[in-house]
Amino acid sequence: MLTDLLGIPPQVLFGQLLLGLINGAFYAVLSLGLAVIFGLLNIVNFAHGALYMLGAFAAWFLAKYLGIGYWGALIFAPIIVGAFGIVIERFLLRRLSGVDHLYGLLLTFGLALVIEGTFVKLFGASGIPYPTPKQLTGGINLGFMFLPWYRAWVVVASLVVCVATWVLFERTKIGAYLRAGTENPKLLQAFGVNVPVLTTLAYGYGVALAAFAGVLAAPITQVNPLMGSNLIIVVFAVVVIGGMGSIVGAVVTGLAMGVIEGLTKVFWPEASATVIFVVMAIVLVLRPAGLFGKTA
Amino acid sequence: MSVAVHNTDIGGQHLSEHIEELRISDLHAFYGESHALHGIDLTVYQGELVTLLGRNGSGRTTTLRAVMGLIGHRTGSVVLKGTEIIKAPPHVIAHLGVGYCPEERGIFASLNVEENLMLPPSVAPGGMSVEELYDMFPNLAERRRSQGTRLSGGEQQMLAMARILRTGANVLLLDEITEGLAPVIVDKLAEVLIELKSRGYTVILVEQNFRFAAPLADRHFIMDHGHIVETVAADELESKSHVFDQYLSV
Repeated sequence: MLTDLLGIPPQVLFGQLLLGLINGAFYAVLSLGLAVIFGLLNIVNFAHGALYMLGAFAAWFLAKYLGIGYWGALIFAPIIVGAFGIVIERFLLRRLSGVDHLYGLLLTFGLALVIEGTFVKLFGASGIPYPTPKQLTGGINLGFMFLPWYRAWVVVASLVVCVATWVLFERTKIGAYLRAGTENPKLLQAFGVNVPVLTTLAYGYGVALAAFAGVLAAPITQVNPLMGSNLIIVVFAVVVIGGMGSIVGAVVTGLAMGVIEGLTKVFWPEASATVIFVVMAIVLVLRPAGLFGKTA
Repeated sequence: MSVAVHNTDIGGQHLSEHIEELRISDLHAFYGESHALHGIDLTVYQGELVTLLGRNGSGRTTTLRAVMGLIGHRTGSVVLKGTEIIKAPPHVIAHLGVGYCPEERGIFASLNVEENLMLPPSVAPGGMSVEELYDMFPNLAERRRSQGTRLSGGEQQMLAMARILRTGANVLLLDEITEGLAPVIVDKLAEVLIELKSRGYTVILVEQNFRFAAPLADRHFIMDHGHIVETVAADELESKSHVFDQYLSV
């Protein structure tokens, strides 16, 4: 068997592969949201990590103050945080339309600092536990490894959301508007489509995806004001590798980078934190538009 | 909708009553600091086909874009079907029944032919059906699953035209639709415009190909440096030929 040849116990190899797949699932959902936002707004949304954190906090608030559990939070937290995203787009980001991308990047970066700073002040920097739903506690012994049900659920739920988003973009009229709006929003508006509203909704949807990932993460990582800032730089690297604005690129690259990161932990643990950035550098040299991006 | 009563000849036809479709008064448009249109005045009546003629940079495309609301800074008055639209955004203008065909055709690369065709929402009742459009442009039917930008230039132009005819728009703003096309395609587009005119569409056509535009149009507006310098009716083409020499020859 391959694991015998490499001298690596199967539990270690498959355990890291599973961990990589779970991280990849988070990368996929988060980079998907970033791709949706960049595609239509041309904004590099540095607030994405903070909004992911807000998703986790929304789940915690819903449980603590309204008694709404995990399953309700999976629906309501993305709606609440998505609505907050709509307010951000409507009153802040829209003012930057037509100016250099750098201003959007600076605004969202500042926004992330404000949101995270406020939550650190209010709740401290240590994590707040969020329980795993009782239906998903425990796991199954696969012989070569133990698979916790919740981690399997995270991968499945992420894939379902990614496929649903792909179907929305590729198989519906709204998706056709979103794709056309990515290419030429002015012409789309001249055809009678209310592009400003479409843009706002796209931002809200991208933010809701981040919040969904935040709820999924809450039982694994705990609810922590800085949980997004640790993740966002890696997610940006994933988006660059996949191709800015590419839906398929975000999902495939997200999962692939998670697995590559997991495998690197097995063979060369010290390099696991940098392997994604090495891949990014290689891709930028060989294919600057990203693996799935369209060259100009 | 305002009705103006005239006793003038337009397009060689004596019309006692014309319904104003579009009235532009003292229209100025700006690209940043650059003042592109300097007080355009023109009126187009329902069912007319008019051209905007002039050299490159004379303001023809800018006039269409200003009417469509695609230029942020514009002043003056644009009244479409009795509604003032100078401050209206493009999607609101489109829903008054306007179809816009841009100079660069605007075919979306991420959509196939049929998706491009079905993309614009209906803006008024009475749009042509997809079957009618495929009858009018058979090439598109054969290539309905192809990526929009993989079509030839002529096919892309047909798609750009078909796309707005599906929406029910009855005021068409067409920008350089014959540019770079083979003569056989230009002839086909002329046939289509004659058909549209017979169906009562109002068409504003920006053209450089005077031979294409001359037999089709009721009136020609000659533009130079952001002004309309002359209006020539179809039956004045010979008597005012010096105008074309002065403003269109290179």
